[in-house]
Amino acid sequence: MTPALEVRDLTVVYRDAPALDRATLAVPAGTLAAIVGPNGAGKSTLLKAVQDLVPRVNGEVRVFGVPYRQARLRVGYVPQRTAVDWDFPTDVLDVVLMGTYGRLGWLRRPGRAERETALSALELVGMRDLAHRQIGQLSGGQQQRVFLARALAQQAELYLMDEPFAGVDAATERAIVDVLRGLRAAGKTVVCVHHDLESVPDYFDWVALLNVRVIASGWVSEVFTPDRLAETYGGRLGLLTRIGMA
Amino acid sequence: MDLLGLLTDYTLRNVLLGAALLGVVSGVLGTFAVLRGQGLLGDALAHAALPGICLAFLLTGSKAMPVLLLGAGVAAWLGALLLLWIVRQTRLAQDAALGIVLAVFFEFGLTLLTVANRRPDATQAGLDRYLFGQAATLVGENVIVMAVLAAIALLATAAVYKELKLLAFDPDFGSSLGFGVGPLSVALTTLITVAILIGLQTVGVVLMAAMLIGPAAAARQWTNRLSTMIALSAAFGAAAGVVGALISASASRIPTGPMIVLALTVIVVGSILFAPARGVLPEWWRTRRAAPETPA
Repeated sequence: MTPALEVRDLTVVYRDAPALDRATLAVPAGTLAAIVGPNGAGKSTLLKAVQDLVPRVNGEVRVFGVPYRQARLRVGYVPQRTAVDWDFPTDVLDVVLMGTYGRLGWLRRPGRAERETALSALELVGMRDLAHRQIGQLSGGQQQRVFLARALAQQAELYLMDEPFAGVDAATERAIVDVLRGLRAAGKTVVCVHHDLESVPDYFDWVALLNVRVIASGWVSEVFTPDRLAETYGGRLGLLTRIGMA
Repeated sequence: MDLLGLLTDYTLRNVLLGAALLGVVSGVLGTFAVLRGQGLLGDALAHAALPGICLAFLLTGSKAMPVLLLGAGVAAWLGALLLLWIVRQTRLAQDAALGIVLAVFFEFGLTLLTVANRRPDATQAGLDRYLFGQAATLVGENVIVMAVLAAIALLATAAVYKELKLLAFDPDFGSSLGFGVGPLSVALTTLITVAILIGLQTVGVVLMAAMLIGPAAAARQWTNRLSTMIALSAAFGAAAGVVGALISASASRIPTGPMIVLALTVIVVGSILFAPARGVLPEWWRTRRAAPETPA
């Protein structure tokens, strides 16, 4: 079966230091996949480089077997919540509508159909009642749900999410997990940059351990092992002891 | 002169139309520039236009507006290219690059201005008016050129409204959708350059940045909707333009630019102080009322 996302020899250099060194991985379709690794391991860079958002020195990216540029509309993206200014003058529905812009293409404006799509996406994340709330008034968890809804409005097949669980409350975390499982049940693939090692076996099927290089990638039951984690995190075993894995 | 006389006066009509056109266009485009955190881009580009004006005159000997505008547009564009190049090729931050472009182009422009003013065919109403603006020198043809430029800029902005909104709010996400940051930045920079061209004769290169930043900053205080902010910004820009032009025209030899910026300052300060939701004074009042009684 064609992988949902295939990355081969992806190398990205910021200034002088490599941020990603010949990263190679293949995420099977229909899975929830995590990318884990220490700070500065290149996790966000990987998601960005896949989408041509940062220049890559080398490497190839295929989405469902075709080059990324031909598959753009099949990819949904949830950037880090902190990447935007939440004081921007707009409301929740308007941000979620942005998810429909890709299908609309240049110059065409969103209409009633796009509005319906956006409202359904808000329904899925439990935010429909807040559709007309000014975005500056949202909590961190609500901001994260808005970004998730915007990606859902893209009606993609592969979703790339940069730390969707970062700094959210417990209720939001459960809501997001429910959405991710719903996506998997619908045959979609989700790749998340993830920080909380403890929840990896609960939430994800597949994992890539990244520290500039890909240390290991595969099914969580096979590669998410203490020695591999120690190798990824540079032997900072205190962390592993704390989560009861060492 | 009575009010009716003012409004039917040919010169004054041109002055008011020119100032209002500038206010609307710079208000609309300034909104996107300010929300993108690029308010000062317009400042650098406006200053960069000066050597273009002077060179156009020195090369052609003509002071016809289209000739000088062409020179100004080309120079501002070269300034924008140099800016991009510096940011990409060096480790200088954008603000440093802006400073370099502004200073280098403007100094060069001032030098050329001196040269131009020494030429025998440089009449009294010289190129100096492009420094601070002299709207009283506008004639009907100038206003028509400005109106055409304004119409083009506004139509183009309306056409790519949704794309510009993406660029201002979340450029990476927009880029992932296929709306590249590169082409959109070029489009926005070009449109800002057009706004600068409209303002050259009215406010001049030195104070043009205020027309891009002021109306938008004031408008942001009153609304949380982008479309409303754009409309308000255009209205504030036009109001400042008209009031400033009237003051300037009522007394001879007062440059228009400073008067327009003065009118704009009143609007900006008023908005920062008094806007209900975001203003300093309402905020202070709310905090005061919410605070518990201070214990003695």
